[in-house]
Amino acid sequence: MTNSVAEIKDADAIFITGSNTTESHPVIGAKVKQAIKRGAKLVVADPREIELAKYADVFLQIKPGTSLALNNALAHVILEEGLEDRDYIESTTEDFEKFAIKVKEYTPEKAAEICGVSPEDIRKAARIYAEAGKASILYCMGITQHHNGTETVMSLSNLALMTGNIGKENAGINPLRGQNNVQGACDMGALPNVLTGYQPVANPQVIEKFEKAWGVKLNNKPGITIPEAMHGAEHGDIKVLYVFGENPMVSDPDTNHVKKALEKTFLIVQDLFLTETAELADVVLPAAAFAEKDGTFVNTERRVQRVRKAVDAPGEAKADWLIFMELMNVLGYSKKYKNAEEIFNEIREVTPQYVGISYARIEEVGIQWPCPTEEHPGTKFLHVGKPARGAGLFMAVDFAPSSEMNKADYPLTLTTGRNLYQYHTTTMTGKTDAINKKAGECYIEISPSLAANLKVEDGEMVKVISPRGEIKTKARVTDIVADNVVFIPFHYADGANVLTNGEELDKYVKIPGLKVTGVKIEKLA
Amino acid sequence: MINLKINGFEVQVEEGTTILQAASKVGVKIPTFCHDPRLVPHGTCRICVVEVEGGRNLPTACTTPVYEGMNIQTESKEVVQTRREILDLVLANHPLDCLTCEKSGRCTLQDLCYQYDIKETTYVGERKDFEVDESNPFYYNDQNKCILCGKCVYVCSQLQGTEAIGFAERGFPTHIATPFNQGLEQSTCVSCGNCVSVCPVGALMPKSKEKFRYWETKTVRTTCSYCGVGCQMDLVVKDDKVVGVDPAMGASNEGLLCVKGKFAYNFVNHPSRLTTPLVRKDGKLVETSWDEAYEVIANKINETKETVGADAIAAFSSARALTEDNYLMQKLMRAVVGTNNIDHCARL
Repeated sequence: MTNSVAEIKDADAIFITGSNTTESHPVIGAKVKQAIKRGAKLVVADPREIELAKYADVFLQIKPGTSLALNNALAHVILEEGLEDRDYIESTTEDFEKFAIKVKEYTPEKAAEICGVSPEDIRKAARIYAEAGKASILYCMGITQHHNGTETVMSLSNLALMTGNIGKENAGINPLRGQNNVQGACDMGALPNVLTGYQPVANPQVIEKFEKAWGVKLNNKPGITIPEAMHGAEHGDIKVLYVFGENPMVSDPDTNHVKKALEKTFLIVQDLFLTETAELADVVLPAAAFAEKDGTFVNTERRVQRVRKAVDAPGEAKADWLIFMELMNVLGYSKKYKNAEEIFNEIREVTPQYVGISYARIEEVGIQWPCPTEEHPGTKFLHVGKPARGAGLFMAVDFAPSSEMNKADYPLTLTTGRNLYQYHTTTMTGKTDAINKKAGECYIEISPSLAANLKVEDGEMVKVISPRGEIKTKARVTDIVADNVVFIPFHYADGANVLTNGEELDKYVKIPGLKVTGVKIEKLA
Repeated sequence: MINLKINGFEVQVEEGTTILQAASKVGVKIPTFCHDPRLVPHGTCRICVVEVEGGRNLPTACTTPVYEGMNIQTESKEVVQTRREILDLVLANHPLDCLTCEKSGRCTLQDLCYQYDIKETTYVGERKDFEVDESNPFYYNDQNKCILCGKCVYVCSQLQGTEAIGFAERGFPTHIATPFNQGLEQSTCVSCGNCVSVCPVGALMPKSKEKFRYWETKTVRTTCSYCGVGCQMDLVVKDDKVVGVDPAMGASNEGLLCVKGKFAYNFVNHPSRLTTPLVRKDGKLVETSWDEAYEVIANKINETKETVGADAIAAFSSARALTEDNYLMQKLMRAVVGTNNIDHCARL
């Protein structure tokens, strides 16, 4: 997030898109409701009529995968009606003209056609966003998990830049991180192209710095992403795969392919439980849970916060860092760490954003990076004065439909997401009986008219088919989805990801287009 | 700035400060049932009454703003007598089942009755007789124990924004209810448990799997392990077992949690946790030692590096694990294995 969670309460307008906030980030959902009670305006764009849609001044029930067209049209209206922040554009951005020419093509009428909403609602939404003094964008995987996810994020960034809603309290572009420490994992360089603090592997100075810090020669060839590694494993190029605290057998697209890939490689799995993925492993290592170890998580607002040991790990299970250290030692790298704090102090030495953060300083309250010195209070919101790169770069981006849309044989569009009760692949939440009582099994949301066409009653089993595979699941008839759109939560094994496409990836960051899958449904006799 | 005296202590506070806030500034504790600093003060329970020199009656400290020259006594004879009377009235309609009540040891009513020496009520008469609402799988609502402080209602409406519960009826039968008394399971309740966390008595209680007394527990401040909001929470621990979770006043959650953070902690102590390394032998995963597990992995890594190269090895790190865990895994892959093939589930 460019801004902080607590700032949401005091925004004048909030644009929520591709985030079912009250279910996926319930406490942020509560802040949005507090903002509305205070008088903030709300625009929601989502394929489903999510809870917050009921609170929205404008709800745009867009077809899955069409956000980019909508965002360009919002920009079109803002320019057409002169609602842009000319001072900000002129003083702090570049490539505005190219962008302005591009969005001229995206009339509300054209976008309305693509998105399946009314042009007047697009105009209203644009006015609400642009006329607010402080407007905040909240988005999540509904924006990013597309073949054009990166460009869709750019289209949101354009909106914030053209209205000066960046570098300002209560505004900003705020991706809501789905997991407790995605931010920390990214910050630590658990990514194939960057080391800690987003220092590129391809930069020789960075490599030199880390070679010195770690005392070894480093490989400067950027690595491969998860979808590419899966592909590599299936084709025999990846011989050893080490999976730590992840369950790709449920969470990754096209799980039939994932299974083939995992069976073909030497698989090491480190987890709390014998997950669907661990069952396929050659070696399984038992890990300690969050309540069994000391360390830090970094939340969605870049706040480094303490995690503390409350109980002992069961049996011989160990803290993950200890397992990695011991394995390093066995492999001949002799560095030892006594505790997580020692590791954190090494992180500070090589990560500019973390230099000023210490365990002592975050004992009571976490600190938000960047925090360059021990005297620095941390950074509540980013890009103050001007964007960090120097000038805010407008990106002229075009809408292109996913190959999963408009397929004659698979006429329905499946989209996926979370429900309130389960978390990811249910590995942790599924161990609480009451959670399973509320949301213990897979289901598919279908509209009343689709149900009528299929002659399916609420609660009946249906077969859902895509080119990748088919599943049997329970129909939940609800009018929160449009007639040709269906929704399956991705939590459950043998569920949504049997159907999703693992091949169509975003060209920049290789994120799979999980949110748009062409499917057909058959009633089970 | 406004100057006043509380129990003889001189205090200087900003205009608009309440007596309760001014008192806490000088470390004077005034008892409350219904107060929560995040809510609009509503003065429902009256237990925070204090004596103001020259005042006609005893105002509630939580709702009364201070004024220049105010002279306040928080434990005067009249204040104590009034608080005793309030507690006597509360107890007139509250079961004295502290011996088996799960809230015992953490109950504000119990604590204040102890502080003001109230053993039982002097008002004998009709008693509430509500059926306990057990319909929600995470917590129960026992209106026989409710003291109608209203905190649950206001947390649900003002902070959580769900508005699942409210006050029903008037006078003696007043109680906290869902619309048409249809029970929690039929309501819009999202089981966040934020009402449970603020209940000062045993009316709203988590359905715990463990039997424990609060004085047997300790709490450990940590960060929630579910979504990215980073809610601060206290794990309630009895004998090396997590038996409950309380929200803490973190920067991002401000004392709120959701159903997962509050109630879905059973995985930690779950019997199906992995407890030893496993290695595949003759097609089956069998228990092994750490030494053997490391050896098998190291041999495979070394063999692959020698025959095909380090880029034939890849690792997926974990967005659910510590920052330190992630740092060390990428260091293992880059510095020791020799590849940048490290990614994690940010894309999934």
